[in-house]
Amino acid sequence: MTTGRLPPPYGRLLDRARTIPFEFEGARIEGLAGDTVASALWAAGTRVLARSFKYRRPRGLLGHGAFDATSYVQRGAEPNVAADRLLLVDGLPAIEGQNRIGSLTRDRGAWIGHLGRFLPVGFYYRTFFRPAGSWDRIEPAIRRRAGLGILGKDGHHAECEKVHLFCDVAVVGGGPAGIAAANAAAAAGAEVILFEAMARAGGFALVDPAAFPDALPADGVRVMTGAIAQGLFEDGMLAVELGDRHGRVRARCVVVATGAAEQPIVFRNNDLPGVMLASAARALIHLYAVRPGTRAAVVTVNDHGLAAALDLHAAGVEIAIVADARTATNILHERLAEAGVTVRLGTVPYEAVQSNGLAGLYYGGPVTGIELATKGAHGTARPEGALHVCDLVVMSGGWSPLAALACHAGARLAYDADADTFALSDIPGHVFAVGAAAGLHTPTLVVEDAREAGHAAADAALGRSVLARASPEPEPGFNHPWPIVPHPKGKEFLEFDEDLTIADIENAVADGFDHGELLKRYSTAGMGPSQGKQAALAVLRVAARARRLAPEGIGPTTSRPPFTAERIDLLAGRAFHPARATAMQLQHRAYGATTMVAGLWQRPAFYGAPADAERAIAAEVMAVHEATGMIDVSTLGKIELRGPDAAAFLDRIYATPHAKQPVGRGRYCLLLDEAGNIADDGVIGRLAETHFYVTATTGQADATYRLLTWLNAQWGMDVDITNLTGAFAALNIAGPASRTVLAGLVEDVDLAPGAFKYMDVRHGRVAGVAARLLRVGFVGELGYEIHMPAAYGQAVWTALADAGRAHGLRPFGVEAQRLLRLQKAHVIIGQDTDGLTTPAEANMGWAVGKTKTSFVGRAALAVRGTRPLQRVLVGFRMDASATVPPEASLVIEGDAIGGRVTSAARSAAAGGIIGLAFVPPSRAAEGSPFAIRLPSGAMVGAEVAPTPFYDPGNTRQER
Amino acid sequence: MVLSLLRYGLRRRHVPWRVIPPTPDRFKPSYDVVIVGGGGHALAAAYYLAHRHDITNVAVVERGWLAGGNTARNTAIIRSNYLTPEGVQFYDQSVRLWRTISNDLGINVMVSERGHLTLAHTDAAIRTMRWRAEVNKHYGVASEVVGPAEIAALCPELNLSHEVRYPVLGALYHPPGGIARHDAVAWGYAMGAAARGVEIHQMTEVTGFDIDHGRVTGVRTTRGTMRTGRVLQAVAGNSSRVAALAGFRLPIRTVPLQACVSEPVKPFLDTVIVSGSLHVYISQTARGEFVMGGATDPYALYAQRSTLEFKETLFSDMLELFPQLAHMKMLRQWAGLADMTPDFSPVMGLTPVENYFIDSGWGTWGFKATPVCGLTMAATVATGKPHALIEGFALDRFARFDQIGERGAASVGS
Ligand SMILES: Cc1cc2nc3c(=O)[nH]c(=O)nc-3n(C[C@H](O)[C@H](O)[C@H](O)COP(=O)(O)OP(=O)(O)OC[C@H]3O[C@@H](n4cnc5c(N)ncnc54)[C@H](O)[C@@H]3O)c2cc1C
Repeated sequence: MTTGRLPPPYGRLLDRARTIPFEFEGARIEGLAGDTVASALWAAGTRVLARSFKYRRPRGLLGHGAFDATSYVQRGAEPNVAADRLLLVDGLPAIEGQNRIGSLTRDRGAWIGHLGRFLPVGFYYRTFFRPAGSWDRIEPAIRRRAGLGILGKDGHHAECEKVHLFCDVAVVGGGPAGIAAANAAAAAGAEVILFEAMARAGGFALVDPAAFPDALPADGVRVMTGAIAQGLFEDGMLAVELGDRHGRVRARCVVVATGAAEQPIVFRNNDLPGVMLASAARALIHLYAVRPGTRAAVVTVNDHGLAAALDLHAAGVEIAIVADARTATNILHERLAEAGVTVRLGTVPYEAVQSNGLAGLYYGGPVTGIELATKGAHGTARPEGALHVCDLVVMSGGWSPLAALACHAGARLAYDADADTFALSDIPGHVFAVGAAAGLHTPTLVVEDAREAGHAAADAALGRSVLARASPEPEPGFNHPWPIVPHPKGKEFLEFDEDLTIADIENAVADGFDHGELLKRYSTAGMGPSQGKQAALAVLRVAARARRLAPEGIGPTTSRPPFTAERIDLLAGRAFHPARATAMQLQHRAYGATTMVAGLWQRPAFYGAPADAERAIAAEVMAVHEATGMIDVSTLGKIELRGPDAAAFLDRIYATPHAKQPVGRGRYCLLLDEAGNIADDGVIGRLAETHFYVTATTGQADATYRLLTWLNAQWGMDVDITNLTGAFAALNIAGPASRTVLAGLVEDVDLAPGAFKYMDVRHGRVAGVAARLLRVGFVGELGYEIHMPAAYGQAVWTALADAGRAHGLRPFGVEAQRLLRLQKAHVIIGQDTDGLTTPAEANMGWAVGKTKTSFVGRAALAVRGTRPLQRVLVGFRMDASATVPPEASLVIEGDAIGGRVTSAARSAAAGGIIGLAFVPPSRAAEGSPFAIRLPSGAMVGAEVAPTPFYDPGNTRQER
Repeated sequence: MVLSLLRYGLRRRHVPWRVIPPTPDRFKPSYDVVIVGGGGHALAAAYYLAHRHDITNVAVVERGWLAGGNTARNTAIIRSNYLTPEGVQFYDQSVRLWRTISNDLGINVMVSERGHLTLAHTDAAIRTMRWRAEVNKHYGVASEVVGPAEIAALCPELNLSHEVRYPVLGALYHPPGGIARHDAVAWGYAMGAAARGVEIHQMTEVTGFDIDHGRVTGVRTTRGTMRTGRVLQAVAGNSSRVAALAGFRLPIRTVPLQACVSEPVKPFLDTVIVSGSLHVYISQTARGEFVMGGATDPYALYAQRSTLEFKETLFSDMLELFPQLAHMKMLRQWAGLADMTPDFSPVMGLTPVENYFIDSGWGTWGFKATPVCGLTMAATVATGKPHALIEGFALDRFARFDQIGERGAASVGS
């Protein structure tokens, strides 16, 4: 229904030419373009928009666009969408109510609301734990009831973009204050962006244009609407939701013009549908041309309520009564009197009622009337005993600044006794608070102060000298020290998200939770989706009175980002999970490799389909033993060192000796951490007197490079370090035929066994590409590592593959390599060692330079060496008929843990099951039996065996 | 219980249930023990001193509001699937204490054994998990490596597709793992300790110590000096700074650790899910909110500020695991200060200062240890000798390079 709207100029945000249908709780509703779901529903006469969190009370609209969480609805798979900020668009998914069984008006879960008196504050803490085990039984039922909307189980994630914006001055909030500040800053020469949450800038000026005639952004101001600033972080980073994009805004200065949240008056049943804030009623009238009710009662502690009453009257809403808690009159009272409206002074609301029949009694329903009370001394109230019939109660209990952004940046928010509201202090220099966020409400004052602040912000941003701007004192007269009317029967809600009443807060204080933060945690006040925007003031007042303190005596809670509930998909943005590819990645794919994750890399595990793993791996191993195989080892860390001190530098770091390493030779290298634990290993080749080439394991490549540069920076030695990990590709060609295959492609290197010996390094050309060749033996066969610029990795790989075809060359993957090296009992750092393994424990004491006076971890090893070894890494064999123990199976000694299996596999070449394991030193002798416990619990026997398991004389790799 | 509620509801006035005792106006002439810090660990130690060792002339000194440090900021995960024998036995004792804690303290701490899954995305991670599982089982702790099918049964909401950067290969499943109401445990210990006469001084900061010939004799605070025979320091993120006041150094770096919470929704996720490789973890509270966290910040800092980058990386990774969360909104983010040790195990026991005991190095993992820390530290303070369960965690282990390596089991997921 779109009839019944007020005529223009009402409805400033509407496009009346276009109606938009949508579905709510199964009913078809028609709204207008420019409507929110809430305004359209209200126009259509829908009054129950939600059910409350705890007591499942029916709720309508409290605020409109006020960042409260009263009218949360479900949009398709998306829970907890504020109906008053959800714009009507074509194709909106069906909108449903939340937290109800059945329908919103007849929620079969409403019974809980009748048990309120049995659910005192913190009642979970006091109950459900005796006898033991009670909670286990009761918690599932409580979990089922908790929560608001429903998160769809199979929702998907559409990736959102991020926007990076830069400006001199960012103004948050497009009301009169924000516009004045933005215009002033732009006029002063600053580049300005103005962020406004609503679809159009104007804020309060859209409601009351007469009060703010100049509230139009100037041409020089970039206006972004539908923009919610969520956090102002320490380094000046302003996070803004920009529709479906996430904005990261760098502004030199930020003007906080986010306004203030109107506060409810706390009285019995102030949460009934149809009881709303004056600002909500005015927004419905002026922005959406919706008459919020037919007959209204207005209850207020300030002029804003009176202004709303005038608006209602003008819009044709009958006014049953206006109750003003104050006793003095002003021009607004006169104007109301002229309009024939009855205004009762010194009068407050006492109880809102609903008489919607039997169903209303059980399920609750919209407001049908209100009883007032006259104010006595000390906040007492004497009920009048008469009912004012109405379908709308409009209230104004004062204002609380929405100053969270300033607080994120370090400002403090504390109670100001003169203005009876929160006030900012300690605002950092790059942040300016203006308008209602700074406690100002009088139009001329607001605009004047905001202009000044905008100018100052521009000056500060542009590096001009700024006079220190004293932040304005909040204006008195807009708030009331006690807009709270206790009722003997309770239900005076001061925290709508959590259904908390006056008694709940008083009782929490009595239980000892008297600090603001403790009170919040115990009572849950401020923990809900609105984060207490409409509650914090009242909670503070009630707590203070309960403690017989002034409100200043109780600090408010810390305001943390985000400003209002923040979309996770926007924060996540486009998933950025970098992946690294080696130069040969395309070949691996062409060969049908099954890959595995190795840090940022994706390495071939074997070549073939996953179902084929076993056969593929065996064939690859066989190729290396009998013909030749080739593996991509580009993921190895590759670090180049040049300089006169290079040898001395490496020698000071690695546990292995390198000072006197001959040119043209490679050497195994072992790196320890400062506690003497094995950290990394590799090969160091000396290419020239002052030129070294160092490899590191795939996993440790970055850490080792970082360590070398760090130590070089500390020691200031004459050496340059370059990380070539990405710049170089590398492959290892191994097997009896590898020399033959290589021979056809190599220039400048004599491959003859006597000329290019095991552990030699050479410069040369392979397939025409300048390369470094290292004769290494990790897999236990004759083999060469070839390192070349990554740009040529693919070419060299292909050339070798072509040349090797006639010799049975096969590419092999990580799995085959693991087995091949296990046959040689070569340790994999991180698999056969853990973070706390010494060289002696790993049976690698041989690698530590005995005469060296300096290497990382030496001091620690000296200390640890004085204690007996606790464990030793040994090779073991098992009966061929046994099952291979999964890696990490425990070695059991007596009934204690004696160690664990670190590697194990069945090896055809070694004839049975072989492996490496930590065992107690008493078990380390060759031939010692020991027991392994499989994950299934079964015990199996193993025996310490000599290593290498394959080719013990190393004749194959050194031939 | 239901009866007591009925009685409560029918009564006209609230009968205060004094949980947190008021801060006394002045100090006693002397105390047997002063506990520095008023977090969960400190309050638990006070409780066990009073209840198990009859030492009741005790003052707990907290610089802010009660238990407002990491006790109020953690993500409340409880588990015992650690890696080292020392760790597993220690945390297992804690899990046992959690089982009866609500009854023992007379307050519902809402301990909820929801099952805990640590996801593995690499074969190296599977290996470490199997190691943990085997060590756990050896000490009687339920823990098992499970594959994708079992994961899907335990957590159907999890994205097990291979169309992501780091597919899930397996997980360590730990049925006793779960969550609790973090604040309530501190309140319960405070209530129980106060019932035995322990004093709790909130808004009182310790600023120094009186040390006479290497022995502590007094604690200086912003409200005057307390005379005392023994001191227990339990200040988590502030450990190195308070130890410096007592004149000794700790091998501890303080690093911010952040977390956040979403709006409440109906039950969606039963188990606690942790991914070590993606550095994220998540659970859903009884209120329906998702509590989420990640790895520590990359640098040492004492400021409890939150950052935008934390949220961005957290959610970018989280949506790989739970794409549905794209429809959620987050409500609040915060940071605590994690006191990190080199080996990811705590520092507990004696110190170079006589009669000065320490409970520190709790990093990102100390909430679950609250009961057992209280128990063992109370025994240590009462007898002057480290309790058997904490001998391995002595400060001087670092001088001996005798670390208790829990990195593989403690680095993410608390
Ligand atoms: C975001 C986050 C998530 C976490 N998640 C988990 C988790 O899921 N599971 C888990 O087991 N652990 C977790 N932890 C770790 C856990 O929170 C802590 O290890 C644990 O709470 C430490 O307890 P505590 O009592 O020692 O410290 P705290 O609670 O920090 O108490 C120390 C107290 O000492 C006070 N203090 C400091 N200096 C002084 C002084 N000079 N004088 C007086 N008082 C002082 C502080 O104000 C503070 O209240 C997490 C931590 C954080 C930050």
